[in-house]
Amino acid sequence: MLELRAVTPALAVSDLRKSYGRTEALRGVALEVGEGELFGLLGPNGAGKSTLVKIACGLVRPTTGSAHVAGARAGTLPAQRALGYLAELFRFPEWQSADEVLALHQRLSGSDGGPRERGELLELVGLEAAADRPVGQMSKGMQQRLGIAQAMIGSPKLLLLDEPTSALDPAGRRTVRRLLEELRSRGVAVLLNSHLLSEVELVCDRVAIINHGEVVAAGTPAELSKPGGVEVETAAGSRVFAAAGRDDAPRIVRDLVSAGEEVYGVRVLTSSLEDAYLEAVGEGAR
Amino acid sequence: MNAARTIAGLGLQEAVRRRVFLIVAVLTVCYLALYGLGTWQAFEEVESESSSFRGVEPDVVTGAYLLGLNMFGTLFLGTILAVFLTLGTVRGDAERGLLQPLLVRPVPRRTLLAARFASASLVCGAYVIVVFLISMTITWALGGWWPDRIVEPALGLAASVAILCALSLAGSVFLASTANGIAVFMVFGAGLVAGLLGQIGEALSSDTLSDVATTASWILPFEALYQSALGAITADTVGFTRLAIDLGPFGGAEDFGPLLWPWAIAYLAIVGAIALRAFAARDL
Repeated sequence: MLELRAVTPALAVSDLRKSYGRTEALRGVALEVGEGELFGLLGPNGAGKSTLVKIACGLVRPTTGSAHVAGARAGTLPAQRALGYLAELFRFPEWQSADEVLALHQRLSGSDGGPRERGELLELVGLEAAADRPVGQMSKGMQQRLGIAQAMIGSPKLLLLDEPTSALDPAGRRTVRRLLEELRSRGVAVLLNSHLLSEVELVCDRVAIINHGEVVAAGTPAELSKPGGVEVETAAGSRVFAAAGRDDAPRIVRDLVSAGEEVYGVRVLTSSLEDAYLEAVGEGAR
Repeated sequence: MNAARTIAGLGLQEAVRRRVFLIVAVLTVCYLALYGLGTWQAFEEVESESSSFRGVEPDVVTGAYLLGLNMFGTLFLGTILAVFLTLGTVRGDAERGLLQPLLVRPVPRRTLLAARFASASLVCGAYVIVVFLISMTITWALGGWWPDRIVEPALGLAASVAILCALSLAGSVFLASTANGIAVFMVFGAGLVAGLLGQIGEALSSDTLSDVATTASWILPFEALYQSALGAITADTVGFTRLAIDLGPFGGAEDFGPLLWPWAIAYLAIVGAIALRAFAARDL
């Protein structure tokens, strides 16, 4: 017998509005992040991305609308217990070691993971050798990785990462990408707020682009990327059939061959997420 | 409760790691050494001076003046400690990005404020009590004079710094660290001026000045508690000695009666409620 079970989204936001005085930071945002989904949040500076993340965390109160984390109203204790958060601008006490930072957050969250959990998390973010190093002696990138480990204390259902790779070098970014994929495999939902479009495109299942407090585009990276034609390489050189799509490629090749042309290669062109982003937020973002 | 203990411990641990307590301890030893030197010299001078007024006990007047001065110094040091332990608790820590990771853990905002108040007022209260008791012992050892009351002034000083801790914590919800520190010291200065106005009013028999001073002391009860504490050290002293003490700079303390302590507790509750309400509404 088929059992139907309602799945509670990790994050559900509906008609969310936030005003700071006369400035409207969010203007009716609605989105859902499913269980185990990697969701990318894109948008220019001041678009309202961090406000949305902070509302989900309970650090900012919405003016109207609703936000729920794992079914609990954002800002309530059950909602906060279900999430882990890495702020865009954060700092840990400089005198604490990496291990002490994690131990502090274990105590506050009621996690009983003990040294084993701390060791695993430090290993996951590549800081196992720096467990006893004071935060004040860590590079910004190391602190950011420690911040990610901190957010994962207590095995949250939803991770809210606000620019988690802004201070990381390419190797650090790769570590975080692998980490995000590992989280997905564990069923942890992630809301990734990032400026790095290529990174979002690589790891996220779905993406929402926010501009001026509104969601202006949403979908999978593939959905957001538009067909850009079919490029065929023949003896006479490359030719682009701009209006054609992937399904048109066999017919184009057939027509060219029957017309006596020799075909050496075919490439279906699509716009990148960056193109979709720039189209969504306008020329001002260039 | 666990979160409150952890947050309270974190604040104290930070003070230890940043060597706040070490510096405070070293400077307090210097302060007490200076007080001891002054006390020894003052009693030497008084003993060698034979032309004292009849009916005035010079050692009592000297001891009361010195300990009164010391109590002001102790309160001032306690206030500095209170302000520096609390001035950036909310806005300061939020601007530095220290607060948000803690609150999301989750630590309820009321728990954070209550824990920081408990730890700061406990440390500052213990500090002023210890410094007062040591100063009192120094005064007795070098001059042979004990205050008339011991517990009451010690608790009065501790309650004064607890109120200043609460004001500083409440201020940290509204103001950035530097602005809050300046504001609390100015409030402390206003209380001090209120006390001095009261003494001037007493000396000039000016009811207006006395009323202004009394009203200000009720509005800023740390000053009223300090004055009561000051009055308590010579509570049983009478006659010309009493008169001589009252004429001195630390002698005109006013007794604010039995309502002072209930008002101080209510004041803490009011300041706490305002701070909690504002903190709950603050976007971080």
